[in-house]
Amino acid sequence: MGEVSFYINDLYTSAPVGTTLLEAVRSMDIEIPTLCHHPDLKSEGQCRLCLVEIGDWPQTRLVNSCTYPVEKGLKVQTHSENVLQARRLVLELLLARAPKAEIIQKLAAEHGISQSRFTSEDPEELCILCGLCVRTCRDIVGVSAIGMINRTPAKMVSTPFKEPSEVCIGCGSCAFVCPTGVITYTEKNGIRSIWGRDFELVACETCGSYIAPRASLEYWAKQTGDPVERYYICRNCR
Amino acid sequence: MDLQRLEGILSRYACQPADLIPVLQDIQDSYNYLPKDELKVVAERLHLPLAQVFSVATFFTMFSLVPKGKHVCKVCVGTTCHLKGGQRLAESLSNRLGVDIGYTTKDMNFTLETVACLGSCAQAPVMMIDDTYYARVTVDKVPKILKKYQ
Ligand code: SF4
Ligand code: FES
Repeated sequence: MGEVSFYINDLYTSAPVGTTLLEAVRSMDIEIPTLCHHPDLKSEGQCRLCLVEIGDWPQTRLVNSCTYPVEKGLKVQTHSENVLQARRLVLELLLARAPKAEIIQKLAAEHGISQSRFTSEDPEELCILCGLCVRTCRDIVGVSAIGMINRTPAKMVSTPFKEPSEVCIGCGSCAFVCPTGVITYTEKNGIRSIWGRDFELVACETCGSYIAPRASLEYWAKQTGDPVERYYICRNCR
Repeated sequence: MDLQRLEGILSRYACQPADLIPVLQDIQDSYNYLPKDELKVVAERLHLPLAQVFSVATFFTMFSLVPKGKHVCKVCVGTTCHLKGGQRLAESLSNRLGVDIGYTTKDMNFTLETVACLGSCAQAPVMMIDDTYYARVTVDKVPKILKKYQ
């Protein structure tokens, strides 16, 4: 695989073919805010926060840096006036979508926005439909228990038929990866409840603290081919 | 579940993930909706997660998860039809059939829908009942058209 050379904020630099602009920019310690990007997942360009300006002035355009691959001779601006203006607009839209989401409030404040000029459809909404949970469940956990359903404005993340999913293993990865904390679960009396389903938690055979839902341990044992008993002892006691 | 009917549909396809939409279209045509159990079988046979099947089934307006009426009436409210009174036409149908737009009559005979364009702008306002087009439909033509289906 070859290298390509290009310019970031007028600095000449290079990166391997296939690198995304976001990766290239971040490797230079330049910060671009993102909400739907995760280094272990393929980017889908949902949140639009990572916009950068590419091309020669005045023929420039804004693109998602998380999905745009590096190109020979490309000129990239990460903090131009156009970029900052677009980023503020995106933040205003996100703020209108999920007014209660702390991370968005924080990002907005950092960009000098305290209020959105757009009206909010649901002041309690937290989900920005970034799809990180869906991608994590599909590409990392590997079970695809949840998906995007309906189309906007009714679009949302859901289990099939909005019923407890048969394939969910209760691992909680979706809740962990969610940037706005909209996916929640509870743990009470050795039961974890997530997506409307109850999972029995397994306690460590040695120290007695809860490890994970039985369904998760069984799934991991199946994936790795190890005997499931190996997973009944927590990491600290192994 | 009418497994034979479903097998009849599935047998026409190689049952690859890419067959999802045509399979769902055939089920919608045959059943007038996408029944839950059938969707589960489709997911299994096409090697797709049920979440993805449900995602597609809820995305397209041509699919319905609840039974549609025997006849589906689509009134165009695209730009041209809108200017030519498409909305009025839809309201008139809604009054005549006694059903809100997007819903099905109690006797399950009609589902009334509005669509963004039927591709026949020159004949606006246009509506479609099942596979038949009705062009330049003025409100006074509605009773005569509906009679054919009642
Ligand atoms: S808890 Fe269920 S839905 Fe969430 S990532 Fe794990 S398997 Fe997927
Ligand atoms: S990180 Fe690129 S669009 Fe969200």
